[in-house]
Amino acid sequence: MSGGARLENANPLIFQRTGERLLTASEEDEDVADPIDDREIFDILLTPNYSYDPEHPLSLEELNVVEQVRVKVNDEESTVSVEFTPTIPHCSMATLIGLSVKVKLLRSLPARFKIDVHITPGTHVSEDAVNKQLADKERVAAALENSQLLEVVNQCLSTRPA
Amino acid sequence: MKDTLAILHRLSAHPESRCWYVAWHPLGALLASCGGDRAVRIWGKEGDDWVCKCALSDGHQRTVRKVAWSPCGHYLASASFDATTCIWKMTNDDFECLTVLEGHENEVKCVAWASSGHLLATCSRDKSVWIWEVDEEDEYECVSVVNSHTQDVKHVVWHPTQELLASASYDNKVCIYKEEDDDWECRATLEGHTSTVWSLSFDPEGQRLASCSDDRTVKIWKECTSGEDEDSTDGAWKCVCTLSGFHGRTVYDVSWCHLTGALATACGDDGVRVFKEDAAADPRHPAFYLSAHVPKAHNQDVNCVAWHPKEAGLLATCSDNGEIAIWNYQSDA
Repeated sequence: MSGGARLENANPLIFQRTGERLLTASEEDEDVADPIDDREIFDILLTPNYSYDPEHPLSLEELNVVEQVRVKVNDEESTVSVEFTPTIPHCSMATLIGLSVKVKLLRSLPARFKIDVHITPGTHVSEDAVNKQLADKERVAAALENSQLLEVVNQCLSTRPA
Repeated sequence: MKDTLAILHRLSAHPESRCWYVAWHPLGALLASCGGDRAVRIWGKEGDDWVCKCALSDGHQRTVRKVAWSPCGHYLASASFDATTCIWKMTNDDFECLTVLEGHENEVKCVAWASSGHLLATCSRDKSVWIWEVDEEDEYECVSVVNSHTQDVKHVVWHPTQELLASASYDNKVCIYKEEDDDWECRATLEGHTSTVWSLSFDPEGQRLASCSDDRTVKIWKECTSGEDEDSTDGAWKCVCTLSGFHGRTVYDVSWCHLTGALATACGDDGVRVFKEDAAADPRHPAFYLSAHVPKAHNQDVNCVAWHPKEAGLLATCSDNGEIAIWNYQSDA
């Protein structure tokens, strides 16, 4: 977001961050293969911690855009479904946030995973249109060949100084 | 299911990338593929192996989405996200770029030749379908731009014998076009799918059209002829069958074998399926059954299915993992 532009949502609600993942004994055991679970996807989405809404230098978690309860993984069936919640129902950045979440998962997870990214039902005025665009892999592929757009996505996924 | 779909070959065609589409040469000796690595590759059989005969990597600046051979087999067209369509001329095993068709505002999603070889159609995210005329000197001229869709046009396909064109779109509809007084216009709009229509295929006679969609179904449409149905008009198409409950995700492609009548689908759930028509069903209400299914045909989305034009049962598929697979389908029925 350029510095001078007026923010769409100047005073967002800020939420508590979840603590660090508590490791179990089998997770600490290097010889045991751990399945990919909801928390791991959640952590991927929040790493780096300042993976952010272009409008706010806060993490997606602090803005409640991504919550662990809206991340569903089935490691056996190789499916990941993430719902994200735009901070306001007419947020013009919804497609970009969704695309960034999708790209982050595409880059982080093994290729066998089917990745579905949706807007949390009832939280955005153009929910269906944004969902359809994010589900269309041809449009996603074409968008990611657009160097300007790719740069913006990479910016969304880059670390912001704390 | 007694019918079988057995793997014959597996090729890493566009490594580290996605293979979007494959197309058999009309004589069947060559297979063209294209992908996210901006290349077109031509494959041929040497002994028992399929080898890359030729790689065309200097034609496009972005993903090559589809390829199509001319009916005579001397030309290959490639449609790209770089907004252009290249026409390649084949001499022996060598390809030369004859011309580049420009005009679309953004990604060209598909290209198709009419059976006569004198017409070519392209479609794009710019929502338009362009009809090009080809003359004896290999000159291409755009004769019509049709804007019947309200969104991204995903696919175009010509009728197997007539100058009739069909297109599929992100607006969930299929349009059928015919030439009228030197201009191409939409003659019928097929509504029924509840999400993006990704691909289309005519049956061997061209009387029916199969469409596949993000709504996880395949629909069979039939042209209404007067007398057969009292409440329908000539030139209208109606859905006579919907294959639902078979596919786990988006159906990206459908191919109707012109030798056997079998219908193959490529699905985002990594599966390849072959359907056969129930011969006992009323022709006005055709029924299809799942004849063969390979659940993990590829380890990523299957993007394309293509029946061999000469050898019954030979099927090529390709996937997001960059692979091409060649299968042999056998049916007892």
